[in-house]
Amino acid sequence: MVESVISAPVNLPVGPIRRHGIGWWGAGTLIASEGALFAYLLFAYYYTGATAPAGWVLESAPSLKLALPNTLLLLLSSVAAWWGEQGILQGARARALLGFGAAFLLGAVFVAVQLLEWRAKTYGIGTSSYASLYFITTGFHIAHVIVGLVVLIAIFAWTALDYFSARRRLVVSAGVLYWHFVDAVWLFVFTTYYLTPYLGFGR
Amino acid sequence: MMQPELRTPTVGIDSSEHAARLMHLWETSSGWKGFFTTVDHKQIGIRYIVTAFVFLALGGVEALLMRVQLAGPNLSLLTPNEYNQLFSTHGMTMIFLYASPILSGFSNYLWPLLLGSRDMAFPRLNALGYWIYLASGLFLYAGFVTGNGPNDGWFNYVPYAARDFNPGLNEDFYALGMVFLGISTTVGAANFIVTAFRTRAPGMSLNRVPILVWGTLTASVANLVVVPAVSLAFFLLWTDRQFGTHFFDSAGGGQPLLWQHLFWIFGHPWVYAIVLPAMGMVSDGLPVFCRRPLVGYSLVALSTVATMIFGFGVWVHHMFATGLPGLGLAFFSGASFAIVVPSAVAVFAWIATIRLGRPVVTTAFLFFASMILLFVIGGVSGFMTASVPVDLQLTDTYFVVAHLHYVLIGINVFPVVGATYFWFPKMTGRFLDEKLGRWNFWTMFIGFNLAFLPMHLTGLLGMPRRVYTYADYGGWGTLNLITSVGSFVFAVGVLLFFVNVIKSLKHGAVAGKNPWDAPTLEWSTSSPPPPYNFAVIPTVASRHPLWEGRLGGDGALSSLDRGMMLDHGKETIGTSALDAVPDMVLEMPADSIAPLLLAVGLSGLFVGLLLKFWALVGIGGAIAALAILAWLWPSTELREREPARG
Repeated sequence: MVESVISAPVNLPVGPIRRHGIGWWGAGTLIASEGALFAYLLFAYYYTGATAPAGWVLESAPSLKLALPNTLLLLLSSVAAWWGEQGILQGARARALLGFGAAFLLGAVFVAVQLLEWRAKTYGIGTSSYASLYFITTGFHIAHVIVGLVVLIAIFAWTALDYFSARRRLVVSAGVLYWHFVDAVWLFVFTTYYLTPYLGFGR
Repeated sequence: MMQPELRTPTVGIDSSEHAARLMHLWETSSGWKGFFTTVDHKQIGIRYIVTAFVFLALGGVEALLMRVQLAGPNLSLLTPNEYNQLFSTHGMTMIFLYASPILSGFSNYLWPLLLGSRDMAFPRLNALGYWIYLASGLFLYAGFVTGNGPNDGWFNYVPYAARDFNPGLNEDFYALGMVFLGISTTVGAANFIVTAFRTRAPGMSLNRVPILVWGTLTASVANLVVVPAVSLAFFLLWTDRQFGTHFFDSAGGGQPLLWQHLFWIFGHPWVYAIVLPAMGMVSDGLPVFCRRPLVGYSLVALSTVATMIFGFGVWVHHMFATGLPGLGLAFFSGASFAIVVPSAVAVFAWIATIRLGRPVVTTAFLFFASMILLFVIGGVSGFMTASVPVDLQLTDTYFVVAHLHYVLIGINVFPVVGATYFWFPKMTGRFLDEKLGRWNFWTMFIGFNLAFLPMHLTGLLGMPRRVYTYADYGGWGTLNLITSVGSFVFAVGVLLFFVNVIKSLKHGAVAGKNPWDAPTLEWSTSSPPPPYNFAVIPTVASRHPLWEGRLGGDGALSSLDRGMMLDHGKETIGTSALDAVPDMVLEMPADSIAPLLLAVGLSGLFVGLLLKFWALVGIGGAIAALAILAWLWPSTELREREPARG
């Protein structure tokens, strides 16, 4: 006589504990899809550039004067968000608020500098395919940064309301993960638009 | 007050008090409130199915109009402009608004039942997916009924889609509508992926899930990463048209072929996404009527995944005639040939299942079995066009139209109708009429082949697709007349199917829990299932929990009547990704208005973008943002936050 098996686990977590919950997977799928979107934007850049006649890039040596410090600023804001998340983990609410607040401010400055960059350009969105790609791709990125800033505000407010503990904090970790993604994807955009012309792409 | 963070779930059997408690927790409230707020996967699944069938009927009527126009040479029932909008809207409807959503509908309905769970991983996201599908479908059709339907074919090549050549709103409706619809597909895909990996019944390791799960999971992984390509393409087309960017026009240094690349990077994996789940239906349904397990489960599961992996590398076979470098063509041609291998694995597995089984010929069996034949015909014509020189001759002729209809009707519509005959008793508690079913099947089968088999010849004789009328040249007239007659016979068959559904809803013979004596979990609960699906969470010990006694073997038995009760709240079990070991109790969200509100907000936003009515964009965006905020606000019921402290 064969026995039937019955799953009778003991002491299961109820609801999301730490990063352990389906929301974490949900954040992962969102990032996979968004990452793919940026991959196609960059594909559009490289494909159009590779099939265009010489002289396609409008700036053969793009100025790094604003863009490079701005990139560092964005990376720093990722560190700040991580530091804030660690504050939640250690029950240090003030530190968490400081971290998320700093991440928000650094991100907001990044957006402001990006808009300055846009204004300083000698060409507009309709000048050429290169110009269209530049403005739409960086525009997509700015839009993602703005969404990330809203996420940071929400996390900041919920932390201020004392919603989270070291164990119940999946929302925070998912939000911070998204912010890391927004920052990481910028490195690809930055490399493509600001560094590859120096290597000769599209010149 | 601290909530307990850990709990040992009580194991027990169903009782009337237990059922009443679950009913109270899970039942959608009645009336309009329930209608707009439900997150029950079964209700959402049925909505998807009904809406998709409505679009199938609309797309079918469009096809019939075209077939009247093409019934003879030199007819002028339709103007060229009307014809362009009809064939484009027909393609858009069938491919985007029918073929994919119908499969989402079946999978939404069936997955938690197949997996021994109480709902999808993200029930509210599921509701959102439906509402956006509906809203974007209405958006796209709003263009068509106002004379602004797409008019450049479903794949919408530039430069004809560019503003200079197409100044109306037609392409703007299509572009924005497709970006809008993409949101629905993407959130649905994310939901399927997480559901498959995290909410299977204990013991249902990944090599024990039904093939339908493999099919939809594979399709969803693909959709998650390829839908952004087409959404981006349509968005860039819209900015080209409305804001003077130069992505696709060569005058501004743009690259017209970029459109084709972005479209087909999406388009070809998509073709597999709208057949793999349907092939899964056959792999699960056919063996039930052969009274034996599917031959080669592992091979079929792996070939499903392999098809999609190859499917990412074949998109250029839609672009053989564009003058790309020969080396590139050779690569994509080779990949297109290779993809035949995993497809053939499934075909041989089905044939072997029939040969080694004891077939019981029901209407569902006929639809499933005939699909094998249609798949082979569509597969062979696809194999032919994978060859570059052959394709150069056949591209843009009716041969390609015949091929794609064999593939899409053969591997989507036939399995879907078969699946309806198979699962209708589960969904409604009643059988579809078998006698009417035979008429339904034979009319569809004869009509379809009468319409599309001769069309191969029409294409070989060189008749180009997408022309609104033609001169009587080389026998085209006779062939087209046969096709037109066949299409009407096919339409009568589809009509008989709808009649059968409506008639059987009221008058069908009553079906019990497991009317086909089938082996998988959905047949272990009542027909139709209660809102909570399973009173206790089953434990699964094999691929065929309901056939274990008779299949022999000395493995342990699944436990269907005794299991975790999970009745402290709206709860189901979360399990590990590969082995399905329970690792958490999932708190499931209650009914919510947020998904509908978000869809309404996004509808306002997209209508505003279309009309460049920026105030509406702002209002729609604000409603959407508020809906998202309310949705994501950490909740104590879902244990996303600590309860109020201090």
